[in-house]
Amino acid sequence: MKKTISGIFNDKDVEQLVGQMLRYGVITASIVAFVGGVIYLLHFGQAPIPNYHDFKGEGAGYTTFSGIFKGALAFNATEVIQLGVLVLIATPILRIAMSLVAFAVEKDKLYVFITLIVLCVIMTSIFGGLKV
Amino acid sequence: MTILTFSIILLLGSYLAGLLGSLTGLGGGVVVIPLLTLVFGVDIRYAIGAALLASIATSSGSASAYVKEGITNIRLGMFLEIATTIGAVIGALIAVYTPTNTIAILFGAVLIFSAAMTLRKKNQEALTEGSKLSYLLKLNSSYPTKDGEVAYKLKNVGAGFSMMTVAGIISGLLGIGSGALKVLAMDTAMRIPFKVSTTTSNFMIGVTAAASAVVYLQRGYMDPGLAFPVILGVLGGAFTGSKLLTRMNPQVLRYIFCAAITFVALQMIYNGVQHKF
Repeated sequence: MKKTISGIFNDKDVEQLVGQMLRYGVITASIVAFVGGVIYLLHFGQAPIPNYHDFKGEGAGYTTFSGIFKGALAFNATEVIQLGVLVLIATPILRIAMSLVAFAVEKDKLYVFITLIVLCVIMTSIFGGLKV
Repeated sequence: MTILTFSIILLLGSYLAGLLGSLTGLGGGVVVIPLLTLVFGVDIRYAIGAALLASIATSSGSASAYVKEGITNIRLGMFLEIATTIGAVIGALIAVYTPTNTIAILFGAVLIFSAAMTLRKKNQEALTEGSKLSYLLKLNSSYPTKDGEVAYKLKNVGAGFSMMTVAGIISGLLGIGSGALKVLAMDTAMRIPFKVSTTTSNFMIGVTAAASAVVYLQRGYMDPGLAFPVILGVLGGAFTGSKLLTRMNPQVLRYIFCAAITFVALQMIYNGVQHKF
């Protein structure tokens, strides 16, 4: 495949951007989870372990955007941790969104289309009422 | 045991899981599930939730380094992510209707397969002639080696794509990255050089895991008390592992760890058959 010089430069730019985005996402998620974890241990450290042997499933406070944000704003330890979890899950998704912009700048229509399909699949699984 | 001691032990265990996953090339998530279920007696559904987070963290963390070096084939990754994300969502949906003991047995089988795969000889050669589809989809590329940039082409795009869908389903069903299956698809079907297939697979794991993670999060599989020690521990372990890998040849270690992991996998299968999950 022939590559023009500008093509190579563009590709490298995209790669740098994607790499940085992934790193900052993971670092942010770990810091948030760490802060939440410290608060959690300060508050509940001496309490006995919750029963993880039987699966009950988490309540709305931990499973919905609004629940997590509300709790995290109130500085509730567990919701702050869940916020870190959200940031972590969002990192690869944002990476795709970023690639979409990059491919659009490169005027690579085929890959704008391919990237859109991947984004659609993920958005369907977020908003498509896959909750069972 | 108090929450404090539990969290510290879990943090250390996850650190070891991340280290082991990184040195064997199996990924952090795979070791977290037996750690949580067999050692701590945690329900496998909580374990799957935590393992998915571990997979996303290690994949994204290490992918950033490989992407920077220009080894990862981003177009190929993006194209195959259509298959893995669709598969992952299907897998996460099937998981609701699958008994936990069946999931444990399946997990054990995939774990043994993955361990065997890491010992297999990988494709080193770069193809000079690609298939029609590989040109059409702009999948052929080049990657840096010690002797300069090496161009490679690929074939059997359709077969690779189908295998990726299966890898995605397994990833969504079991909550793992299923990197071994992804590498298998790129290695045996598409004939991609091993360095490119492993880094591209790793790059894709984060997105694949995120696609099913949103389903699991909404279903309440992700517990904050498990999430923070697992995320931090596995990340730390994977980081140490990547530093160690540049300094030593892990071949001997790999054999030992793969034997250990096979033993753990058999334990998972045994417990699954005995309906202990």
